[in-house]
Amino acid sequence: MAAMISAREAGCVVCQTCGNVASIHEERCPRCTHRLSSRDTLSEQKVWAWLIAGLIAYIPANIYPMLLTTQNFRTTESTIIAGVIDLYDHHAYAVAIIVFVASILIPVGKFVVIGYLAILTRSAHRTDPHRLLRFYEIVEFIGRWSMIDVFVVAILTALVQFDVLASINPGIAAVCFALSVVFTMLAAQSFDSRQIWDRLEDGAHHG
Amino acid sequence: MHASHARSAISERGRYSSLIGCPVCDALYQMPEDRAGRPTRCRRCGHWLTYGKSTALTWIVSLSVTNVALLVAIVFLPFLELRAGQFDNAVSVIDVVLGFSSGIMVPLALAVLAFILMLPLCRLLLVLYALTPVVLGRQNLPGAERALAWSFLLKPWAMAEIFMLGVAVALVKLADLATISIGAAFWMFVVIVLLNAYQDTLVNRHSLWTALTWQR
Repeated sequence: MAAMISAREAGCVVCQTCGNVASIHEERCPRCTHRLSSRDTLSEQKVWAWLIAGLIAYIPANIYPMLLTTQNFRTTESTIIAGVIDLYDHHAYAVAIIVFVASILIPVGKFVVIGYLAILTRSAHRTDPHRLLRFYEIVEFIGRWSMIDVFVVAILTALVQFDVLASINPGIAAVCFALSVVFTMLAAQSFDSRQIWDRLEDGAHHG
Repeated sequence: MHASHARSAISERGRYSSLIGCPVCDALYQMPEDRAGRPTRCRRCGHWLTYGKSTALTWIVSLSVTNVALLVAIVFLPFLELRAGQFDNAVSVIDVVLGFSSGIMVPLALAVLAFILMLPLCRLLLVLYALTPVVLGRQNLPGAERALAWSFLLKPWAMAEIFMLGVAVALVKLADLATISIGAAFWMFVVIVLLNAYQDTLVNRHSLWTALTWQR
């Protein structure tokens, strides 16, 4: 197959918002006025900054309670993990798995995959670009779903308000967890997917 | 079908109009206008460059109108109702947001409000602002391009469908504590999520942008 030509090689820029092709000298897209950049040179720094911020917020999110449940004058605190175990004990296996995946598996997987992509695309690589892109797309698509636990806390808090008899209140971990999800979403968005192809070593499988 | 090769088009310097670039991998293609009406994929990374549905635009606009109407109705109708013994508590979506309204949680309340109501609503209004004149065959409103660009940028932050799954989890958690009945707003939310999913299959950046630019 004939070698592909990239917009940068042709002296133009593709707008990331609308797909318009503009001259490389344009600062803003003539069509949608969004800022143009052939390659985001700060991409790597932004990815690491957001990723580290997300990691920092993720620690208190797991240590501190997510839910404060008051029943018969007694308040119990439950963390993310405790919530999953509680669901499991109540034989709600499907829901336990959903919460486990959304609150633990996805965030941890995101840290690993974004870190892996950022390190790998720093220098020339021979990894199949389609596999890397698949990783990136999965992370970008699935990342938002971590927010589910925060919504669950909000719904429970609103529904269960019967004064001292039974009430549920949000714990500080809800804030930390929401921040962590937002930060890692920003980390994924900061990654410049065009780098995957730029840094592909000569002779490696293109296609 | 794949887009044809771009090299020949670049030789005519300064004419980029028939060129289309892949926003994912930066590959460049020549796209004749008659081809923009058919589905096209990027040959390198497989990203859909055009979906090529001619009636898609009308659908997108009418679905957006429906969604706005449902979203506005949701705010005022009961969402879920919980009964335990003599206690009874009916909540609306706004009450759910207000669950976080004390002390340090206030920013979280605002964020949740934005994620489940405001941003989905903003996206719909931006799409309507940009595309309604196109469907009606009128002149574009000022800033239509910018509005459409923003509707794409906001997409990952509109989380109505995630909220729905959150409701399902919450219902299971409360199953042995109380009886829960589902209000009208809940079903409207379900409809919104489904309509949004269908709308997303119609939306393609290149097709929308060409529609918007042809108008000028």
